[in-house]
Amino acid sequence: MYVTLRKIKDRFSNAWISAAQFFVFALPVAIFISLFYKSFLVMQTSGIGDLLFSSVWRPMAGQFGFYPFIISSLWITFLGLVITAPVCLLSAIYLTYYGSNKLSGIMQPVIDILAGIPSVIYGVWGVLIIVPFTGRYLAPLFGYESTGFSILAGGIVLAIMLIPFILNILIEVFRTVPAEQFEASLSLGATKWDSIKNVVIRRSFPGIVSAFGLGLSRAFGETIAVLMVVGNVVGIPENLFDPGYPLPALIANNYGEMLSIPMFDSALMFAALILFVVVVIFNMLSRGLIIYLEKRQ
Amino acid sequence: MKIKKLEERFFYLLMILSTSFLAILLLFIVSIIIYKGLPSLSWEMLSQTPKGGYYLGREGGLLNAIVGSAYLASGAVILALSVSLPLSLAMNVHLRNNKRIINSIRLILDLLWGIPSVVYGAFGFTIMIYLGIKASLLAGIITVSVFILPIMVRAMDEVMKNVPFTLLESAFSLGSTKREVAFKVVTRQCFPGIITAVLLAFGRGIGDVAAVLFTTGYTDNIPTSLMDQTATLPLAVFFQLGSPIPEVQNRAYAAALILTIIILTISVVTRFLSRKYHKTRIN
Repeated sequence: MYVTLRKIKDRFSNAWISAAQFFVFALPVAIFISLFYKSFLVMQTSGIGDLLFSSVWRPMAGQFGFYPFIISSLWITFLGLVITAPVCLLSAIYLTYYGSNKLSGIMQPVIDILAGIPSVIYGVWGVLIIVPFTGRYLAPLFGYESTGFSILAGGIVLAIMLIPFILNILIEVFRTVPAEQFEASLSLGATKWDSIKNVVIRRSFPGIVSAFGLGLSRAFGETIAVLMVVGNVVGIPENLFDPGYPLPALIANNYGEMLSIPMFDSALMFAALILFVVVVIFNMLSRGLIIYLEKRQ
Repeated sequence: MKIKKLEERFFYLLMILSTSFLAILLLFIVSIIIYKGLPSLSWEMLSQTPKGGYYLGREGGLLNAIVGSAYLASGAVILALSVSLPLSLAMNVHLRNNKRIINSIRLILDLLWGIPSVVYGAFGFTIMIYLGIKASLLAGIITVSVFILPIMVRAMDEVMKNVPFTLLESAFSLGSTKREVAFKVVTRQCFPGIITAVLLAFGRGIGDVAAVLFTTGYTDNIPTSLMDQTATLPLAVFFQLGSPIPEVQNRAYAAALILTIIILTISVVTRFLSRKYHKTRIN
């Protein structure tokens, strides 16, 4: 009797596990299909080229040009990465090669907490600190006028949110560099910094690129914090102090109205599809690089 | 030679600066949230739902959002656990020798982990429309559970990977089936790690806006059934901050402070648990 009960339990657990596996494999496919299906309407009427490269945005008239949004997204993502890159690289090198274990013991929780803070909190902080800072100090410094709600503010807030994410990957990447190579360089008389520059950085270059690739795909989809500080004005920004309107913010801001117009609904799902495809491509490329790096060793 | 020394000094200084910047940044963010939120935080905020004229600055509190967030995140965690636990157990017990499948599962999970929550929100929304459900607690729970699933599996997998194979082998040698090894040995051995993963996912779920924006709606009442609309804390921050009335804005800061306290508590508990876990682990 007991044996059969065990068998039944086994069978049940196997079925459960298979279902879970199936679910995970089916999920990305389901997301792609549902977004594609929903955005098919707008793709059919406007054509993908027009959607991507037209800058006329008149939802009520059925004209959906995503160009301004894509440009805003690209600018903010680029700025975020450029600002965050030196901080992440320098801190990662310091924590892996210079800092003591005690320091890592202090910094790891700091990084974890920064990673855990919800994006809406970063948004509030951005509105309170970064927006006035860019509006009152940075913009006049460069001779522009700005409310502070700008591409630059979005980039700065995004950069700060990216720090814990990219930093963690970079630390992992540096740890895969074999210690012998680093030590061999030291033993030949190179200074520590020289060895880092010529051995560690060179050796882990694909890993560094993929860390920023993953950061890029994270940055591209960040919604609420950026939405709160970026101004949300449709138009192609002319300088960094102009407001922008990135793709995720477009989706998040219009979820209420879109239901009334089927074409608008479809257009927003197209925006989600762009995000999905871009993020998946960058993720895959970066993961591929990491796998390549691991295999080489 | 001198230039080299100078270069090293220079970069060493920059490194110290950027590392200390991280700690200062955290202190800065948290202290600004406390400074802004603390004056408006009161017992009324925590214990009452919005009353008439709340959004014009009159009486009421955030209880609807606090309870709503707790319901939403707990529901999502439980639902996600029903997929993530068997999956991560399977990856480390049943499929242990099948590297190819394990690697492809990990790749898919990494991919899912990278998908922005707003895309999950849009996906949840299309599913909702397809099934004919209205914006509700249930729709929110489903969306958030899908969104936190990869975070959970990843954290659990990380812990279960470290279970020594000899432990599994000795259990197998006593005649245990894979299920018994998975649920009775590995689960017990990794229990603190599983709790850590759950807390991590809970923190992610409670803090996210973009995924619930489409799916849970917003209401001043505490939800009484799964089909009710639900308010959440991050949405309360977001909506109230957009108000032109200073009193309402202050409440957004209070809501932000409550959310930050929840997240910080989770992080402290997680840290404590994983430290304890390292002490008791058999290795």
